[in-house]
Amino acid sequence: MTTTRTIDRASLGWLGLLVVSTVGLPWYATGGIGASALTLGLSDRPWLLPVAGLTFSLAALALIARDWRRHALLLPLVIAALAALLLQAFGIGLNGPVLPALGTLFPTAASGQTGLGLGGFLAGLALLGLLSDGLAARGFCRGERFASACVIIIVALLTLFVFFPILKLGAAAFTDETGALALGRFVERITAPNLWGLACFTSSQSCGVVINTLQLGILSATFATALGLALALLVARTDFRFKRALRALSILPIITPPFVVGVAIIVLFGRSGMLTQFGAELFDVRPGRWVYGLTGILMAQVLAFTPVTFLVLLGTLEAINPTLEEASKTLGARPLKTFSTVTWPLLRPGIAAAFLLAFIESLADFGNPIVLGGGYDVLSTKIFFAVVGARYDLGNAATLAMILLGLTLVAFWAQIRWLGRSNYVTVTGKSDAGLVAPMPPMLKFAAIAAVLPFAAFTIAVYSIVLLGGFVTDIGRLDLTPTFGHIWTAFSFELGTEGLRLYGSAWDSMITTLWVSALSAPLTMAIGILTAWLVARQDFAGRRAFEFGTMLSFAIPGTVVGVSYVAAFNVPPVDITGTMIILVISFVFRNMPVGMRAGMAALAQIDRSMEEASQTMGAGGAKTLRNVVLPLIRPAIFTALVYSFVTAMTAVSAVIFLVSARHNMATAYIMGRVENGEYALAIAYSAVLMVVMVACVALIQLLVGKRQLGRRTGMTGATAAQPAE
Amino acid sequence: MKDNAETQDLAIEFVGVVKRFGDAVAVDGIDLAIRRGELVTFLGPSGCGKTTSLRLIAGLELPSDGHLRIAGRDVSRDPASERNVGMVFQSYALFPHVSVLDNVAYGPVIRGVKKAEAHAKARGILDQIGLGGLHDRLPAELSGGQQQRVAVARAIAQQPDVILFDEPLSNVDAKLRRKVRSEIRALQQEFGLTAVYVTHDQEEALAVSDRIVVMDKGRIAQVGTPEDLYERPASAFIANFIGDANLIEGRVMAGRFAAEGLDVPVSGADGPASVSIRPERIALDLSADGPARIASGTYLGSRMEYAVTLGGTELLVSRPISEPRLEAGQPVALRIDTGGVTRLS
Repeated sequence: MTTTRTIDRASLGWLGLLVVSTVGLPWYATGGIGASALTLGLSDRPWLLPVAGLTFSLAALALIARDWRRHALLLPLVIAALAALLLQAFGIGLNGPVLPALGTLFPTAASGQTGLGLGGFLAGLALLGLLSDGLAARGFCRGERFASACVIIIVALLTLFVFFPILKLGAAAFTDETGALALGRFVERITAPNLWGLACFTSSQSCGVVINTLQLGILSATFATALGLALALLVARTDFRFKRALRALSILPIITPPFVVGVAIIVLFGRSGMLTQFGAELFDVRPGRWVYGLTGILMAQVLAFTPVTFLVLLGTLEAINPTLEEASKTLGARPLKTFSTVTWPLLRPGIAAAFLLAFIESLADFGNPIVLGGGYDVLSTKIFFAVVGARYDLGNAATLAMILLGLTLVAFWAQIRWLGRSNYVTVTGKSDAGLVAPMPPMLKFAAIAAVLPFAAFTIAVYSIVLLGGFVTDIGRLDLTPTFGHIWTAFSFELGTEGLRLYGSAWDSMITTLWVSALSAPLTMAIGILTAWLVARQDFAGRRAFEFGTMLSFAIPGTVVGVSYVAAFNVPPVDITGTMIILVISFVFRNMPVGMRAGMAALAQIDRSMEEASQTMGAGGAKTLRNVVLPLIRPAIFTALVYSFVTAMTAVSAVIFLVSARHNMATAYIMGRVENGEYALAIAYSAVLMVVMVACVALIQLLVGKRQLGRRTGMTGATAAQPAE
Repeated sequence: MKDNAETQDLAIEFVGVVKRFGDAVAVDGIDLAIRRGELVTFLGPSGCGKTTSLRLIAGLELPSDGHLRIAGRDVSRDPASERNVGMVFQSYALFPHVSVLDNVAYGPVIRGVKKAEAHAKARGILDQIGLGGLHDRLPAELSGGQQQRVAVARAIAQQPDVILFDEPLSNVDAKLRRKVRSEIRALQQEFGLTAVYVTHDQEEALAVSDRIVVMDKGRIAQVGTPEDLYERPASAFIANFIGDANLIEGRVMAGRFAAEGLDVPVSGADGPASVSIRPERIALDLSADGPARIASGTYLGSRMEYAVTLGGTELLVSRPISEPRLEAGQPVALRIDTGGVTRLS
């Protein structure tokens, strides 16, 4: 509390970390304890010396300066050190200098360097910590150091793991195989006839992949929205008997791996599918392959996205003040008139939102097109084959990914615009005394007629998923019960050498559990912290910060996957093939969900409680721990469950990132589907879903959920689902 | 330069403090010194910058410009957690998930006091404040008045350099306000605390303060004791804001203020001027040839308030309820207590 303080504990911590990571830790991912920035810099890698030198200058300044945090030299030194670190890391690649100037300056750089290791990353982290400390001393984040550190570090992480890969991918679209700028190639790629062709509208030939994607997106969003509306009307506005069942149905897709529905459709309608065979015998026609292509994908997507549109529209319907409809009735309008003049206009923003949400999901969907596509290419699968197939063509994949990203962002932007402008529904806090108007009977029957086939279909699909894994061959209706499939996947032996796992699925299952268990708490922590920063802190660039996190939300999983391939298989951040890259991809894809849950929870909490804690001497971290976190436990629960479940079921991003050593359950199942081993795929999916439910129960036990309504909790999770 | 003794005596100093939010200026250059043990009230209409000034002292906002010293130390860049300022929030801001005792012990515990010791201390303060039996309750199980006292106890428990009250009575029943405000005043004096109090209620300000700082549009309009402000308002704004006032435009010539039908002694130079006369400083004489006429009367329970026309001006006059009622249209003469006439700048 005196003005003569030199350096305090927190700053000393960052400084100590910096010194240790440049002097004592291995700078590169490969290398022992001795290979620190200092020792390597003094031997044959002099480009590491500026970082080490600036580290010592900072330490020296701490010894002599009276008020270190406010010293005029602190920030310049820290920024110079960060610049030196980034310049050497990005300037010298695996095969020598990327920047020619560095090659002239350091002749030994010609032999190149590998990716950063523990020392390099921790040095970067420590420098960011010092930067945040210095900025806080100058009033950033109202002088609150913990908040300042969080902002700086989260911005750095988002830049590294969201924006840098996208930029790198964008750059790949404009370069040729050698990495040289090639605008001609870009023009060639983006005008390729197999992108924009319209032949399918005039002939029996197929359309371009962009046209296919849009066609699928619009059809799927239209059907899903219509069905979702019918469901929502039945639940909110009628005395329909199976309301609870309908609500329960809507939770299923959240825990369903994306291509399971596709597999079930093949089992039902594929060439040798149950219904196909039945129909063929009945009408004596040859079984066709009609389900592969647009029709099949559309069926699967409508089934998968209807619950999402249903929840959005149900929310809109329940938020409409019934007194408005009562007013219309007292003015003499008949039910149909009331519906068309009052209810319908109030519903329109919700319908637009539901449509756009389903459209975005359809654009990003990878699991269903890959399983059911046949010859029908969409952008997400085309990107996959451009990178994973025999012809590795990152430039082409990048171009396709940029188109997909562009389409998604336009839809995302439209959604924000639309909802921002014409959201009539406001929560006033007053109780709405009125009773909801029952639906006009005509509409009610139309809704039931639409919903019944959907419900039957859903039940059929999930029966197959539940049953299929435990009978010999569900596709040929051989219903002899068997545990053979499960045993193939999960056989084990409890012998003298302890437990031995033989099953083919164990590796992927264990990796999946590890990745989910590691990424869920990290996702939750970063998401909740970000929410707290955006909702409660006041710092320059807060709006841009919020916008950036939301943007990361809109990027389709396929694009994330291919961008990670483009960015992280070369130094300085060389992490492809590791489990870390899987964890990181989930953390930054799902973090916005935790953030939204956190922001919604924080909006309910009077911020003066946090201010009271601060005036009593608690800094940001203590206030967060003592006051904020105990009050937003339901949001923590939502974030944990959501990120855990998504990590177990997602396929689009991980399919690019899995390796032989670190395979994920979803990728493994997809491999089985490609080989036609449907029963095994289905059995594994069923096990996956059971494990998921068990884990959610476990999380609930650990976090302890407080009066979290099932419906509200799940609404939050689904409405905020990122594009898969 | 101030001498050392005087600086030692100051609890809070604002030196040219400015606070901007984007383009809006909430506090527009404040200079103010608050002495130890003093209760100073920031009074003003909403949006005048009084709450922002309070939050600047707490460290919940940092000044855009200027300096702020607490107990002699420049804290302009220190966050709230590194100051030692207790605050009683309008909504009380009690932590709903911990007991009353833990709420009160929070400050000492955070500052490193052992839990048992902090609890003992919190018990002492709660007993002293008359909340002895409620230690283990949750805040939601207390009445509004009890919650308010817990909030005060919590702010006192950290032994702050300064204690801040942000409209502490706004959530208290109208009936209880008088009682609670005198309790706050008594506690402040008992603990010898330097206190800053924010309110928009002028009567509350007059009742609790050693000094009042009236703010208007981010600036200080006048600083003074309650009596100063009421008896000698510096401007029409102050005269109007604190109590009721008759504001009259006229001219001063040779030490007398003259306006239509009025002629009272004032000090200061000759020229155009305006004066403020409090309604209770005008007495009404019933005389048939009085120059003024009663326009209307309003019964206020404790007194009568009459609108009186004098020439073209209308004056507000209050009269004890025990005096006979006056009828509209009745001619009256005005007797103005010259001590109640203030020339405005």
